[in-house]
Amino acid sequence: MGAERTGEAAVRSAAWALAAEVPDPEIPVVTIEDLGILRDVTEDDRGWVHVRVTPTYSGCPAMDVIAGDVVDRLTRAGYQHVDVEHVLAPAWSTDDISEAGLAKLAAYGIAPPGPSGPGRGAGPVTLALSVRCPRCGSPDTRESSRFGSTACKSLWVCRSCREPFDHFKAL
Amino acid sequence: MSDPLEGHVGYVLGLADDALISAQRTSWWISRAPELEEDVALANIGLDQLGQARSLLAHAGALEGQGRGEDELAYWRDERDYRCVHLVERDQADFGVAMARLLLFATYQAELYAALLGSADPGLAGVAGKAVKEVAYHVDHATHWVLRLGDGTDESHERMQAALDVEWPYLDELFEAVDPALLDAGIAADPTALRLPVLARLEAVLAEATLIVPEVTPRRGGGRRGLHTEELGYVLAEMQHLTRSHPGAQW
Repeated sequence: MGAERTGEAAVRSAAWALAAEVPDPEIPVVTIEDLGILRDVTEDDRGWVHVRVTPTYSGCPAMDVIAGDVVDRLTRAGYQHVDVEHVLAPAWSTDDISEAGLAKLAAYGIAPPGPSGPGRGAGPVTLALSVRCPRCGSPDTRESSRFGSTACKSLWVCRSCREPFDHFKAL
Repeated sequence: MSDPLEGHVGYVLGLADDALISAQRTSWWISRAPELEEDVALANIGLDQLGQARSLLAHAGALEGQGRGEDELAYWRDERDYRCVHLVERDQADFGVAMARLLLFATYQAELYAALLGSADPGLAGVAGKAVKEVAYHVDHATHWVLRLGDGTDESHERMQAALDVEWPYLDELFEAVDPALLDAGIAADPTALRLPVLARLEAVLAEATLIVPEVTPRRGGGRRGLHTEELGYVLAEMQHLTRSHPGAQW
């Protein structure tokens, strides 16, 4: 992949702009570009487009839908040959979510992730920082379930406004 | 010609089958867990394991070079061609057993995937890079339950200890030596080197949970050579019957 594509990818092309607009099927307020899972879009001199996408979690069931949506959007825009490759390395992290993406998550009612990495694995039980309620802003919240409606989220409840909310887990 | 299921392909298949069969057993709990949040948690954990299994199976198929993809490997291999350890394949219809097993298996996977980050096989390193972060959540989840039940009521303590006693004899098989050629090539993580760090982490959790490390004779194992308990057959029958009854069906 590497060598024959060098030089083609230097400019983020019109094809990138189209692929970048594909919304995440499970959290449609953010695009795959916002999430940082769109890795690369290259176009060769025949106009064939090669898109590289990485999953958030290994078992993310949205990957096939995302690939279909990318192909769909690009073919409707006139690209005849589009293929989508799933890449695993380097592994995606919630740190790859753009500032715009974090803001959109918060506005949608999903508490965005904090920085990933440190704080895990020190003792038998890992402690997490408090998560701010995306509705009223209170830090007085509690985790009700470490796992939520999708692999990337956990369930929280705000003690202040009493609303339940989703939190995008740091990964 | 050497057995195609040995060596590099066999190693990757072993890891894939552990994850796949564990995913099947774990997802059995969906709608049967003690609370709704636990249904969701175990569904997510099973899904992570399934995702790891899919990537590993696809990689094993590519390495093998016979045109077998992830579905072919999952649905069309018989028991004797499966390479999973006995720990993951047995029934786990007791919640304490399920949590004891998840603690053992996820802790092992955490150390395994951490070691595979530096594998000379970029396919394995790629899967490990994602999985290592996912299984940290699995370890966490199992730890919470083992602490809660172990250091809970007399009844929960007793049942958690009994569950550990059931699962502990299957721990040893995870650390069975692999083909030294794979270690020399930097492809595999040496299972024998994983034993101490895994035990250290488990013992720390058990101490905190007021549970004792079971003194039990290890089981003989044999899963990596295709020798399984009777119980694997039932998992495979359930998982494979639809595809085998309707080959090539799409939905």
